[in-house]
Amino acid sequence: MTGRVVVAGASMGGLRAAEQLRAAGWTGAITVVGDEPHMPYNRPPLSKEVLAGKAPFASLAFTPKAATADVEWRLGTRVVASRLAERTVALDDGSELPYDGLVVATGMRPRRLRCPGPLAGRHTVRTIADARELRDELTRPAARVVVVGAGFIGCEVAATAVGLGVREVTVVDPLPLPMVGPLGDLLGRALLRRHEQRGVRFALGTGVAGFEGEERVTGVVLSDGTVLPADVVVESVGSVANTEWLDGNGLDLTDGVLTDEQLRVGGRPEVVAVGDVARFPNARYDGVSRRVEHWSIPTDTAKHAARTLAAHLAGGRPDPAPFAPLPTFWSDQHDFRLQSFGAPVLGLDDVRVLDGDPAGDVLVGYHVDGRLVGVVALGGHGAAMGAARCRAQLLKQPALTA
Amino acid sequence: MKVVVDMNKCQDHGQCVFAAPDVFSMDDDGHLVHVSDPDDTLRDEVEEAADVCPLQAIRIEG
Repeated sequence: MTGRVVVAGASMGGLRAAEQLRAAGWTGAITVVGDEPHMPYNRPPLSKEVLAGKAPFASLAFTPKAATADVEWRLGTRVVASRLAERTVALDDGSELPYDGLVVATGMRPRRLRCPGPLAGRHTVRTIADARELRDELTRPAARVVVVGAGFIGCEVAATAVGLGVREVTVVDPLPLPMVGPLGDLLGRALLRRHEQRGVRFALGTGVAGFEGEERVTGVVLSDGTVLPADVVVESVGSVANTEWLDGNGLDLTDGVLTDEQLRVGGRPEVVAVGDVARFPNARYDGVSRRVEHWSIPTDTAKHAARTLAAHLAGGRPDPAPFAPLPTFWSDQHDFRLQSFGAPVLGLDDVRVLDGDPAGDVLVGYHVDGRLVGVVALGGHGAAMGAARCRAQLLKQPALTA
Repeated sequence: MKVVVDMNKCQDHGQCVFAAPDVFSMDDDGHLVHVSDPDDTLRDEVEEAADVCPLQAIRIEG
């Protein structure tokens, strides 16, 4: 096969796309373009082991597969524009790369708070560089830390900071409970209690109005006027899709890049999207296209998208079976783990304890029309085993209809 | 094919058990055990297990 596939984005999704293109039979050239200077690395430890100083960078790098030895890596370089009709992308060094196939794998970047105040002392956790800078600040003596955002990353960072011995760690969120958006009230309350028992403070039901300090942040001003003293602020308030380089091609970029059920973009058989930038319909559920920011999604999407693209480039048609991954995520905080299978967020109106007790190990089920659509285990091995048993049930369920 | 698991990295997530149940399993205490020299016919599922390991603790040799 001749020709070239350009993979825009050199994170896990870009790496998996390159690997899966080879596995799907593409023998032509593959060029992966990524703005970080590093080869792809594993991000979950950034908010945990890396922040705690327990994992050196070398331990995060993915092990290269032999089949991808001839992949060209253009690192420290960003794709800044594209002309899909002409099949070219433009890089920030001024060069243009023509392609036969394109994989959109540019992922997300952290959303930042846009309110008054100094920028110094405010951090996000998305890259290895972010985690290293934050670690240096957390290990300053007697640092007071305010985490804005009580989602998974925010709560993981708060737990890690407490584990490092940080004296004051406060999590701020406009919602009344941590992680309540994806998990609902029942687990939100259980998680709040566990975090508080381990020394994390919370300021819930309030937003951030601004930051105090001249050169550097010294406090966080809440919407009700309260000021929380802060030496370090961590902003974990969601993310923004890196799709600006796709502007001007008539694509739906309202939240990531919209794909069809084969992960093709804009009706073009030679352009596919992978990872958390892809907004795809999951045939397992209700037909609504969603982005999914779970660790398993780059691998799942890359496998399906690579088959779609390789079939097209070989002159054939893709397997008509639509993409239907079973979402899964986990989160380690303090000494407990959350383990989820399915789509709990679809079943927040009907949440039931399936086993155990919210005060201890618990297995929670999420339902739509009485049917299980997701499970979350909180606690130890027993809860995780219960979730694993439910996983089999979730896999067997017929698709939800729209 | 030889399967090597870095037990210093492994945190017993069990994703490999779903991907390759003939090679990986959990013992009664919830700790991972595995077959270190599985039949080559299981290569695809072992590769899948290595890919889905959240800690990237599984290595395939040979």
